[in-house]
Amino acid sequence: MMLYTTARTAFRTLRRNPMRAMLTTLGIVIGVGAVIAMMEIGAGASAALKKTIASMGANVLVVRPGTASSGGVSFGAGSTTTLTPEDCQAILRECPAVRNAAPMVRARTQVVYGNRNWVPNAIYGTTPAYLDVQDWSILAEGEPFSDRDVLNGNRVCILGQSLVRELFDNESPVGKEIRIKNIAFRVIGVLTPKGANMMGFDQDDVILAPWTTIKYRVTGATLSTANQSTATASDSVNTLSNLYPAVKRGLYPEQSSVQQADNPMPVRFANIDQIMLAANSSAEIPLAVEQITGVLRERHRIRAGEPDDFNVRDMAELTRTLSTTTKLMTNLLLAVAMISLVVGGVGIMNIMLVSVTERTREIGLRMAVGARGKDILRQFLVEAVVLCLTGGAMGIVIGHGGSLLVQALLKWPVETSPAAIATAVLVSAGVGIIFGFYPAWKASRLDPIEALRYE
Amino acid sequence: MELITLRGIEKTYQMGDIAVPVLKGISLAIRQGELVALTGSSGSGKSTLMNILGCLDRPTAGEYWLDGQEISTLSADERALLRNRKLGFVFQSFNLLARTSAIENVAMPLSYGAGHLSEREARERAAEMLTRVGLADRLDHHPAQLSGGQQQRVAIARALINRPPVLFADEPTGNLDSKTSEEVLQMFERLNTEDRITIIMVTHDPKVAGHANRVIRMQDGVILDDAPPTAGANPNTPAGAP
Ligand SMILES: Nc1ncnc2c1ncn2[C@@H]1O[C@H](COP(=O)(O)OP(=O)(O)O)[C@@H](O)[C@H]1O
Ligand SMILES: [Mg+2]
Repeated sequence: MMLYTTARTAFRTLRRNPMRAMLTTLGIVIGVGAVIAMMEIGAGASAALKKTIASMGANVLVVRPGTASSGGVSFGAGSTTTLTPEDCQAILRECPAVRNAAPMVRARTQVVYGNRNWVPNAIYGTTPAYLDVQDWSILAEGEPFSDRDVLNGNRVCILGQSLVRELFDNESPVGKEIRIKNIAFRVIGVLTPKGANMMGFDQDDVILAPWTTIKYRVTGATLSTANQSTATASDSVNTLSNLYPAVKRGLYPEQSSVQQADNPMPVRFANIDQIMLAANSSAEIPLAVEQITGVLRERHRIRAGEPDDFNVRDMAELTRTLSTTTKLMTNLLLAVAMISLVVGGVGIMNIMLVSVTERTREIGLRMAVGARGKDILRQFLVEAVVLCLTGGAMGIVIGHGGSLLVQALLKWPVETSPAAIATAVLVSAGVGIIFGFYPAWKASRLDPIEALRYE
Repeated sequence: MELITLRGIEKTYQMGDIAVPVLKGISLAIRQGELVALTGSSGSGKSTLMNILGCLDRPTAGEYWLDGQEISTLSADERALLRNRKLGFVFQSFNLLARTSAIENVAMPLSYGAGHLSEREARERAAEMLTRVGLADRLDHHPAQLSGGQQQRVAIARALINRPPVLFADEPTGNLDSKTSEEVLQMFERLNTEDRITIIMVTHDPKVAGHANRVIRMQDGVILDDAPPTAGANPNTPAGAP
């Protein structure tokens, strides 16, 4: 009630000199505007980042075979083939922190439909669990393949959106047949679009099929040879292939194609390229890593002290790094905005000091008619706060407008944040109190007689 | 009943190492309803005495009783409250707030009072005061739009807003011409006789002092003499005044 009256008086006083009030508060306007814009743009960036991370599959872990080395020469990750589908099942069975796990084999080769062809980024052979791990269970069209398809090595596949665009001109591919290395696959489903991941990898440029089918019908080998140039060159057309055999010699006598079709795979000795897993929650990722390591070391009979023959990577590390970077940038810009607020505050203090000097007689008069020191203190403090809050309000409007402009012109993601607005209000009131205090205190300490006599 | 009693009031300013005595033992008593003129040559200590009487300043030594209360022991905040409730001030240079309407100027002391009035009540009270000083048609005028006499009347209305028993005026007519001075003085006389407000004013104009019913002459920080005015005595001198 009393404060309301004081605030009204302060407002009236400031209205007597609107131009000066405007100029005084300009620093606050700019500072608050910058804070608001920074926080909104920062919030937009981190929201976009979260979306990207979610599209890569939340809480995802990858187990890859370890490094092979010979005579001190390392061949890099994945150069040994130590993971088996049984490892995957064991992890699923024995690691409570793991929600789901999918074995994966990868291929990269040409895909043909009619007179069109395309080399997708990746052809993944996996199980239906992959869709769950990647949060991709809802299909745009059709059905996912089943565990039975995996067991039987059925020639069915699901296409990503990019393939639908490249091979089918956006027409529905469900029920059509595509050829992967001359093997016909029936398209039974289409994935929902996911867009590029953080590294710019087009996640929609992918074919999913039962891993058994990919492994035994398409690649017949592991990742190390499963790319376009080596895998397809291994046909007898290339005379050099006798000199430098690309196909590994099998452990067992080669099957005829009829035998192969009838009795597909010696599953026991199958190797897979990697296992994709989802932890129950991001908090349980470290626990999951520990459990997986334990299970795999035991299964691979690795003695204590020997290095793992596999490695477990979690995406969280990558996403953490990325979000830390965004946060750091936002904080840095926020610090700059804060500095401009401090500069604005110094401007307020300066003008309030001038105002106190100018109004010395008024202060003396107010004291003569009964104002106590604290009344004067409050009056000038409220005046500074009103000045700052007015500036803050203008800053909020300008900052918000600015961030909308950035969104419209630069297409940056922006998110309106009530927290930013609340912060701005608090900060500008705080600046008013901090920088208004000294002038107000000075005013309250004036001697009424001397103040009245002041020229 | 004695409203104001001074006993041996002294005021000494310290100018570096030198002590400058300005008031050298002032004793006097002022009754409720008197109209006192304080005269004396420039530098004789009239304003200093008024500041002490008005509770704006504290004496170096001596006792000051106002309305049965010893003032010189009060804290700054207590004196501020006292000024608000019991004392009114009129200054030579009006001291109105610029670019602020007459009614707001008059209502200003109310915001420091203990009994809070609503915005509307405050405006009503201020309008009533301005009507009493004959400015009912100037409520929303700013000081710059008023003549000197009108400005001083606004200042008087402001001094009276809290209905104080005492009004102090330090050379209230010093900045006015003789005609408007006369108006202001007549207003003082009316307030004194009709509302029984005790008025103490400083002046060095004998004609102004003639409106008072008691004239105190000061010289060099002491009271030279204390008597009814020599010419044009105020007919309303309260019975028993010296
Ligand atoms: N704050 C002060 N410091 C020092 N001397 C002062 C102060 N105020 C007044 N004086 C001195 O006290 C004397 C009386 O001043 P004042 O009461 O204003 O006289 P007047 O009777 O003209 O109103 C003057 O000589 C003045 O110089
Ligand atoms: Mg004087």
